[in-house]
Amino acid sequence: MALSRLSSRSNIISRPLSAAFRRSISTDTTPITIETSLPFTAHLCDPPSRSVESSTQELLSFFRTMALMRRMEIAADSLYKAKLIRGFCHLYDGQEAVAIGMEAAITKKDAIITAYRDHCIFLGRGGSLYEVFAELMGRQDGCSRGKGGSMHFYKKDSSFYGGHGIVGAQVPLGCGIAFAQKYSKEEAVTFAMYGDGAANQGQLFEALNISALWDLPSILVCENNHYGMGTAEWRAAKSPSYYKRGDYVPGLKVDGMDAFAVKQACKFAKEHALKNGPIILEMDTYRYHGHSMSDPGSTYRTRDEISGVRQERDPIERIKKLVLSHDLATEKELKDMEKEIRKEVDDAIAKAKDCPMPEPSELFTNVYVKGFGTESFGADRKEVKAALP
Amino acid sequence: MASLLGRFCRKLVVPGSAHGSRMISTTACDSEAVKSLNLYSAINQALHIALETDPRSYVFGEDVGFGGVFRCTTGLAERFGKNRVFNTPLCEQGIVGFGIGLAAMGNRAVVEIQFADYIYPAFDQIVNEAAKFRYRSGNQFNCGGLTIRAPYGAVGHGGHYHSQSPEAFFCHVPGIKVVIPRSPREAKGLLLSSIRDPNPVVFFEPKWLYRQAVEEVPEHDYMIPLSQAEVIREGNDITLVGWGAQLTVMEQACLDAEKEGISCELIDLKTLLPWDKETVEASVKKTGRLLISHEAPVTGGFGAEISATILERCFLKLEAPVSRVCGLDTPFPLVFEPFYMPTKNKASSSSSLSSPLKKKHYLIMGLHVWCRYWMQSSPLLITSHSICFFR
Repeated sequence: MALSRLSSRSNIISRPLSAAFRRSISTDTTPITIETSLPFTAHLCDPPSRSVESSTQELLSFFRTMALMRRMEIAADSLYKAKLIRGFCHLYDGQEAVAIGMEAAITKKDAIITAYRDHCIFLGRGGSLYEVFAELMGRQDGCSRGKGGSMHFYKKDSSFYGGHGIVGAQVPLGCGIAFAQKYSKEEAVTFAMYGDGAANQGQLFEALNISALWDLPSILVCENNHYGMGTAEWRAAKSPSYYKRGDYVPGLKVDGMDAFAVKQACKFAKEHALKNGPIILEMDTYRYHGHSMSDPGSTYRTRDEISGVRQERDPIERIKKLVLSHDLATEKELKDMEKEIRKEVDDAIAKAKDCPMPEPSELFTNVYVKGFGTESFGADRKEVKAALP
Repeated sequence: MASLLGRFCRKLVVPGSAHGSRMISTTACDSEAVKSLNLYSAINQALHIALETDPRSYVFGEDVGFGGVFRCTTGLAERFGKNRVFNTPLCEQGIVGFGIGLAAMGNRAVVEIQFADYIYPAFDQIVNEAAKFRYRSGNQFNCGGLTIRAPYGAVGHGGHYHSQSPEAFFCHVPGIKVVIPRSPREAKGLLLSSIRDPNPVVFFEPKWLYRQAVEEVPEHDYMIPLSQAEVIREGNDITLVGWGAQLTVMEQACLDAEKEGISCELIDLKTLLPWDKETVEASVKKTGRLLISHEAPVTGGFGAEISATILERCFLKLEAPVSRVCGLDTPFPLVFEPFYMPTKNKASSSSSLSSPLKKKHYLIMGLHVWCRYWMQSSPLLITSHSICFFR
């Protein structure tokens, strides 16, 4: 029985199913090597190897966290339709592998900055479900104290520099963070994430030029889900090979639906960036939902395409198959895990619903260090009066 | 006639040529065909007419091909072809720069910026290139054919980046025009005027009204003159100035104020740069009080410019300080939007605070006399402090 677990250094994915001895899932750190599904395509650098070092614990945690992320996004969908979340809500389901793979390769000292599709990245950085739902519903216990909303999640202690509304604007910021990291000799890197739509913004090339000039440890990650809102990438970009867009900056194209490929690429990119300066990673991924909750997602692509990707390339299914083939859990255990996750998400939502909205005086705080000294007079029925510094 | 003018008269037809009298709004002659349209349909009609009448006009921007995120450009690509109505990649600076170049070659470029909040990457192009092109080339070149359309303003759930009102930034740039319609009928006429105006125009459309405002819009080609404000409601006690969606709010405030016996004069500025100083001045000279309202933050908003100009021109006629009921000095909030917005209650409260109370009327008359006497000797003695005292 012990043999079936320990001797797993081979590259063969499928193994003979053995007896049903189960040890506790969370503590086993047996190393496993997994092959990525597709080779990496490189531009101006040598691609990393396809064999990824991992462990049983990591494999199971991948499954659990990705299932949690998926559940969270679906729950956010229903909350939005119930009008508990207002404003904008951009969902990440389908792209979880990018968030998870990246986290597995880096530490909390490495910074991540992204655009508005940030719920799962925040979770990956150590955010709690309660903070996510509270922020989505605009409550005061949210990660940005209810003042940011869906598009503006931040987590300072994990170097998550957040969600940004204006696409492309976060990339020069990311390069600035990388400069600060290099200056303080922190041996840390910054991942500046953006989408295929934003890849056409001029600011990116400015940021790339500066990063390359000064050898900054910045890694530009293009999450290519092939649609910029409703515009397909071939209609917006002359060159849809986003990893080559850096020209003099090396690039790597990665299968973004394979969490291990993402992990390997990010590890490689981190080593590269600390030595040689910027690198571009293009994650070939897909989102099942539309651009945001007001977009059905089916006017510019066929339902067959969406279901095709879901069947063939779904990141969670891939991890599930790996877990099952490596014999780390049974189908039933995974289902129980999913039920547990569902309950966790529901509990977090219930707790977040009970949280109050921020105080009206919070409208004026944090404009500058201490508000702006404005006054609001209570002519409206809501009687807002704020005495400010 | 006076009773008709007293109401907020929606049925307006303003002929293409300036008809001289600015203070009085004419009633409609309903002989031409009209159709009940909302704002985005009116703008769509205007774009259809503009592209039809000028074969060298183009409409482009992000996602305009399928009709745009607010459906303002539906049917254009099908009718006029992909060579004249086309999508651009996600690059506002590139889009506007491209439009300036196209306009410099004598074409009419109607550029769409998807939300006014995204116009800032293009700000350099608008301010440094578009506004100064004619000036710095000594009239050899110009980009007058450029019109930039952007939806602006709050919608109730827009948050930081889908609700901003950036009109004040552009009003500070000589060389461009800034136009904001208040309703579908105005929008169609003003947009056609803006497109055909030989100067670059930034045209802000109140997105809140895209579906909400419905009005009878004439189907033919008509233009409403730029830089002419319109008095949409006559009154005697206080002048209210606004533009865009805020006028709907102010109209409600006027109706509320009327119940308290305050007669309000409501002016739609329409064009913010260059703005119609004469109309507002004449109105304030009549009423003696001014209240300006806009969604943008109060500090540095366009209300400040109106206030300063009116103060210069009508100082002796003012009976109270100019009041600005505007958005607060914070970034546009997400959950706090109801507190931030200049609502009708804030406007009503402000107008009743500055409106005259009958028993103090003779004091105010006395102030006028006192001021005129002192003006001959030393105008500097008249300080705002002393005027407040008499109020």
